[in-house]
Amino acid sequence: MIEIENLSKHYDGRAVVDDVTLAVADGEIAAIVGTSGSGKTTLLRMINRLVEPTSGTVRIDGRDILDQPPYQLRRQIGYAIQGHGLFPHHDVARNIATVPRLLGWDKAKIAARVDELLTLFQLEPEAYRHRMPHELSGGQKQRVGVARALAAGPAVLLMDEPFGALDPIIRAKAQEDLLDIQRRLGTTIVLVTHDMDEAIKLGNKIAVMSDGKVRQYAAPEEIIAAPADDFVLAMLGSGDRAFRLLSLKTAGQAVGPGPADGKPITAAASLREAYAEMLWSRREALPVERDGAIVGRVTRAACEAEATRP
Amino acid sequence: MKISTIIRVLVLVLLATFIVMPQVFSPVFAPLTRFNAPAIYTQTSILSLTLSHLAIVAVATALATVIAVGFAILVTRPFGEEFLPLSRAVANIGQTFPPVAVLALAVPMLGFGTGPTLVALFLYGLLPIFENALTGLTGISPSVREAARGTGMTGWQRLIGVELPLAFPVILAGIRLSVVISLSTATIGSTVAARTLGEVIIAGLLSGNTAFVLQGGLIVGALAVLIYDGFVALEKLAARRMGRA
Repeated sequence: MIEIENLSKHYDGRAVVDDVTLAVADGEIAAIVGTSGSGKTTLLRMINRLVEPTSGTVRIDGRDILDQPPYQLRRQIGYAIQGHGLFPHHDVARNIATVPRLLGWDKAKIAARVDELLTLFQLEPEAYRHRMPHELSGGQKQRVGVARALAAGPAVLLMDEPFGALDPIIRAKAQEDLLDIQRRLGTTIVLVTHDMDEAIKLGNKIAVMSDGKVRQYAAPEEIIAAPADDFVLAMLGSGDRAFRLLSLKTAGQAVGPGPADGKPITAAASLREAYAEMLWSRREALPVERDGAIVGRVTRAACEAEATRP
Repeated sequence: MKISTIIRVLVLVLLATFIVMPQVFSPVFAPLTRFNAPAIYTQTSILSLTLSHLAIVAVATALATVIAVGFAILVTRPFGEEFLPLSRAVANIGQTFPPVAVLALAVPMLGFGTGPTLVALFLYGLLPIFENALTGLTGISPSVREAARGTGMTGWQRLIGVELPLAFPVILAGIRLSVVISLSTATIGSTVAARTLGEVIIAGLLSGNTAFVLQGGLIVGALAVLIYDGFVALEKLAARRMGRA
């Protein structure tokens, strides 16, 4: 649980973050979205005291972050940044082991943890343990960067545009992997992005920021259905709202009884994908497949019902 | 084997032979002497002069490295930033002061011998190392710095574990420049009775013996080239580990 109360940061009398109050529940992903200069990164960096607040408080699990020296606080909070920031003079294993080493874990425990994380991030330990960062692809570096952030099993993970340097295909995969890993570990994540699609895809809650203020902090459905002001609306792109709503639900959630012809769609696919497939293949309904079995169908009408203003 | 490697090995073998058994080369240098003067310097053994020359350079460079890197570390910490211009100025003065002048000024204080030469070489070696250490320490990518802070390293841990290792190849390049300058400058030390290879050159100049001047110069030159190469190889090795080569 992260509680941010009346948090502000002033530089030369100018408020970069202005009286922000928000809370992130355990195991949730909060996406902070805004244009550059909106103060979103400064807000994130105040949580692990890379930036010291001018006023206001931050509590993690009820404990004020000012209660301990910054370096000790940071060892308990995962931190993943754009451009990964891997140490170029250390191999993959040593990079991942950074925080456990600082915490003084013994060697066997560190080695076991490194292998566990490499496996979790689909990097074969035997092949990757001793590679240097410059021997990795962009996507692999990014995964090692997140693995390093999670190495000591932090309850909270902060991510600053973690997928910003990746190309679209690898980014989509990295986002899905992150969701998968987050579900398994139950980590509370605060993620900064300038990309509303990414925020909607990853966030249980979205904070839209501009000029240092949080304009709206709500679940994605609510942000799409009832944007608080014109800025939030502009960030959403008003023309895409119906499709953004569709992208929030999966085919599995809208499945109904009845027959349908042609190639099935998986239950995990979004309604947006399902609707696009119906338009493309001129079908009124698609069979829905879950674990290899057809469980029903999803119709155009069902999609359209989900896409209208709530 | 590459031709450059063959030449290096050849130079090394010739140099080692000359230092240990200079008399072997007597016929080579004989044509350069007049009136049956000796072709090879024998007042002091070439081997002991070479070792003494290298020792003086090594000690002066080691001291210069400790001080220059130390200052570079201080002025790149948050509390030392104000001293950056001052320390740059001091190191620059060390470089603009002619080594001969340093020798002349140091003799009354330290007496004749190795002392004044060490001081001159030390002052002369500071600047290249200081400048390179600054470049190395300030040239670390912002995302790496950010990661070092974000993972909870203390200032000391960041310096030892991240900044110095990453700056190491650049610092090494500074030490290389400093060593090569010192190797040649050290010969001047013999004017104030330091035991360096300058002794051979000066003896040649005083007695009009070109053979002495040439052999002194050749030994210093060959040493400088070989040591320079050694450093370059070391730098490449260090940089390749980080994928920067």
